[in-house]
Amino acid sequence: MAFTLYTLIQTAILCTNAIAVLHEERFLSRIGWGVDQGVGGFGDDPGVKAQTLNLIRSVRTVMRVPLIIVNSACIVLLLLFG
Amino acid sequence: MDYTAAQSGFRQRKLQHNMRLRNSSVDRPDGSQLFDDTSAAVPGPEGAYRNQQAGPQAAGLPGHSFLSDPMSNLAVAYGSSLASQGREMVDKNLDRFIPISKLKYYFAVDTVYVGKKLGILVFPYMHKNWEVNYQQDIPVAPRFDVNAPDLYIPTMGFITYILVAGLALGTQNRFSPELLGVQASSALVWLIMEVLAVLLSLYLVTVNTDLTTIDLLAFSGYKYVGMIVGIVAGLLFGRPAYYLSLLWCCAAIFVFMIRTLRLKLLSEAAAEGKLIRGTRNQLRMYLTMSIAAAQPIFMYWLTYHLIT
Repeated sequence: MAFTLYTLIQTAILCTNAIAVLHEERFLSRIGWGVDQGVGGFGDDPGVKAQTLNLIRSVRTVMRVPLIIVNSACIVLLLLFG
Repeated sequence: MDYTAAQSGFRQRKLQHNMRLRNSSVDRPDGSQLFDDTSAAVPGPEGAYRNQQAGPQAAGLPGHSFLSDPMSNLAVAYGSSLASQGREMVDKNLDRFIPISKLKYYFAVDTVYVGKKLGILVFPYMHKNWEVNYQQDIPVAPRFDVNAPDLYIPTMGFITYILVAGLALGTQNRFSPELLGVQASSALVWLIMEVLAVLLSLYLVTVNTDLTTIDLLAFSGYKYVGMIVGIVAGLLFGRPAYYLSLLWCCAAIFVFMIRTLRLKLLSEAAAEGKLIRGTRNQLRMYLTMSIAAAQPIFMYWLTYHLIT
């Protein structure tokens, strides 16, 4: 129960890593969550599945480079300070 | 008017000082005084800048030793202009990250509002009209509308919760000053996670609502009132009283959240109580229910370890 703000940062990094690791053609297309299966109707109701697929794709695109930086910093800090 | 060197050095020093201060106040772009200029009693002339002449004469004379030194005058002027520039920059950049003007709206409360709101939080069953009044598309300040969300009660409730938690731990001889910080950061982390989860689910269900992040923060912060009531009852009257009051406050906050969120999240017709088929409205109803149901869970989770 002793949560600190540092655990929040750790949780955020781990979750973002988990989303960024999902490979597009090896995994997501196999289970029907590919990019082409996301865009459903053109109406005003994208639906939960389309929104999640959109979210996964945008996290992968946007956070790829910042995650490299943040993960490297995390590794260096953990090596230095345990 | 030029002041010649024949005049007394004191007079000249004062005029030098006035001239420099007036110059610096002209330099400030927005015209707002950073420091109150209480020394400029006599408005000096916009004469020649007599720096060299004041120098050797000012050094020897006592009196206003702080203002007599032209270097310190210069430093004061330079420092105040730097400070005003820095303040502008901070204001501009801070406004980009934390919308200060929007925050001011949430703190525009008065005693009557706080009293009524606390009453509604603990006993929402008699309140009839839950709609927020708008005034030309801008929600009315909380001072004028009891249904508008505010940040005053959540902030005060959070701080009071930490203090009451410290009190509860102290009565059980488990207290140490670090525990206050631990409690505070734990509660803050849970609050942030709850707001993020609600934001994520609002995004996934594509609800077109005018609920801002700060609104969600306010709604999530209202449960601290119930938590404080529960803990205080438990401290005063023991465990059964804690459970009873927590049950009452959980039910109250559940009803409060459902009645408030119903108007914001559901479509017009569904909000009035008609049953509308369709996955979208069902999803929204589930979302409202789960947000409201998460409040009692958090209330119990954050308080049960404080009562023996």
